[in-house]
Amino acid sequence: MSLRSETGPYFGDFGGRFVPESLVAALDELTSEYALARVDPAFAAELMELHKTYTGRPSIITEVPRFAAHAGGARVILKREDLNHTGSHKINNALGQALLTKRIGKTRVIAETGAGQHGVATATVAALFGLECVVYMGEVDTERQALNVARMRLLGAEVVSVRTGSRTLKDAINDAMRDWVTNVETTNYIFGTVAGPHPFPAMVRDFQKIIGEEARAQVLSLTGRLPDAVTACVGGGSNAIGIFDAFLDDPTVALYGYEAGGEGVETPRHAATLTKGRPGILHGARSLMLQDEDGQTVESHSISAGLDYPGVGPEHSWLSTIGRATYLPVTDAAAMDAFRLLSRTEGIIPAIESAHALAGTLELGKRLGPEATILVSLSGRGDKDMETAGRYFDLLDEGAQQL
Amino acid sequence: MTATTTGTMPNRTSRVEATIARRRAEGGGALIGYLPVGFPTLDESIEAAVALAENGVDIIELGLPYSDPVMDGPVIQAATQQALANGFRLRHGIEAVAAITARVDAPVLVMTYWNPILQYGVDRFADDLLAAGGAGLITPDLIPDDAADWFAASDRTGLDRVFLAAPSSSDARLAHAVEVSRGFVYAVSTMGITGARSDVDSAARILVDRLRLAGATSACVGLGISTPEQVREILGYADGAIVGSALVKALSDGGVPALGELAARLAAGASGIRAAV
Repeated sequence: MSLRSETGPYFGDFGGRFVPESLVAALDELTSEYALARVDPAFAAELMELHKTYTGRPSIITEVPRFAAHAGGARVILKREDLNHTGSHKINNALGQALLTKRIGKTRVIAETGAGQHGVATATVAALFGLECVVYMGEVDTERQALNVARMRLLGAEVVSVRTGSRTLKDAINDAMRDWVTNVETTNYIFGTVAGPHPFPAMVRDFQKIIGEEARAQVLSLTGRLPDAVTACVGGGSNAIGIFDAFLDDPTVALYGYEAGGEGVETPRHAATLTKGRPGILHGARSLMLQDEDGQTVESHSISAGLDYPGVGPEHSWLSTIGRATYLPVTDAAAMDAFRLLSRTEGIIPAIESAHALAGTLELGKRLGPEATILVSLSGRGDKDMETAGRYFDLLDEGAQQL
Repeated sequence: MTATTTGTMPNRTSRVEATIARRRAEGGGALIGYLPVGFPTLDESIEAAVALAENGVDIIELGLPYSDPVMDGPVIQAATQQALANGFRLRHGIEAVAAITARVDAPVLVMTYWNPILQYGVDRFADDLLAAGGAGLITPDLIPDDAADWFAASDRTGLDRVFLAAPSSSDARLAHAVEVSRGFVYAVSTMGITGARSDVDSAARILVDRLRLAGATSACVGLGISTPEQVREILGYADGAIVGSALVKALSDGGVPALGELAARLAAGASGIRAAV
């Protein structure tokens, strides 16, 4: 059976809908409208036109030999989602869900954001379609991603700094859910990742799978064969599912997801949900998650705001359980080394999130050897991370020096 | 959607349902009071729950603090976060139920998000709750569609299972909630989260009417209720009124004495609404 044909609500034991009854009608409406939209040629045509003329799709692939020299000499090919309008893959999904919002007839959209990339993408599509937009962002993240806060405000969105709990992405999702429960009559929730209650995991995957569909054809055309491995970073997991999906039924293609190992998975300061998590319910779905014995969600840590999440999309938990994809942790330090390496060897500054995939690829390449071809999801660009990188590498002070 | 009730339920009448029916027959309705376990401390939360019952609250709804309470507004979030910071553990919830039921007759329902129960073990929690004298569970983020484990455990133990009904719920979903709930159906007064509101929606009255058409004989209204006048208004058409944030705020601001005083005033609102049957 095709692994690509899963449509939820469950992926194996994972998924479902663990939400207040008040939200069920809205989730049912989204499910049925999306089911109509996905087979409506006019919907697909409008979305494809936006991909082409607004986002700049198809995104290119770039082979990076100078970087690959550090990866055991394997061929490394980047899928350049960093070149999309707004700077990451998040726009693919935001456009799809905004069109769906129009179709349902709602006038207000809300979103959660960690690094700010999904918030910026949602604020962008709200501006494009004339929708009212409120973005929830943890206070810790509004501080470390101040530039994206300014971008969202400039685009006309209201940014709510969330001060409850750990004040990061998980708490931003809680507050967005509370807003949705209260304003569901006028409001659509543009969810940013492949987590959350059904239909979000399947719907967001469908809006992101264009990444892998394009890349599969592009790599075939460049190299004449499928890659040996596909790699991506995993927070909630939307860019990873986006690039994995097209390869799920290609048994010769290994799939690797790299999650945030923070200060090390042997310490409490990481966000390695698939490596260290247990099955549980968070934000409306059953999946692997970081939790204590009592089922209280444990606070995660990552230098990358976009991966700093104690849960993960249910399809990833399923792919991990059945062994179709392998998930490994990458520490903050390894990610930052890869961040600098790609910048210096190829003139491409990646998002710190994507740098986790690059760091994993360096190790994988050494293991697979020079005959191997590895396709990497470069999910976003690093402009937003200059403050973090500047501090990490001590580039900002008067005494800053060439590394 | 299919009903998952089985024929194995022990012959155990719901004390919650009996309490609500008795209060209706007396010409009023049931007053249900919410407080979180462990706020401000475990011992004080037990004293507070006892004070509710001693001041006329008919049914106690004991909340288990949880890290990600998406149905709760600022007052309850602050209280449960404090309880967690003070080291709340799930076993404290069971201990509190046992301590409260040892001292007062009011039935005690536990209000809990689902993941803590899942991690404790659904069957193990049901057994421990039953042994502690608890009446059942109110589950704000567990809908009947995904509740197979809980149907089995509650049928086996006879514990009440209170599901929510919302103004946005379809007729079919309301009918299903009525069919599978035991104790009462929790009618969400308004689209939103917990917290006092100056006026409770007319949506609540319409929702209770729809639940009656679906066959509900035990429908209680919650969310946004904070005054004796609101309790009285709601009990004009519903079987019970649920007060939460207002009680938590009273406990937070003025301790157990202030809580008891508010509970007594709310209880006065719950009596003598109609002629006794």
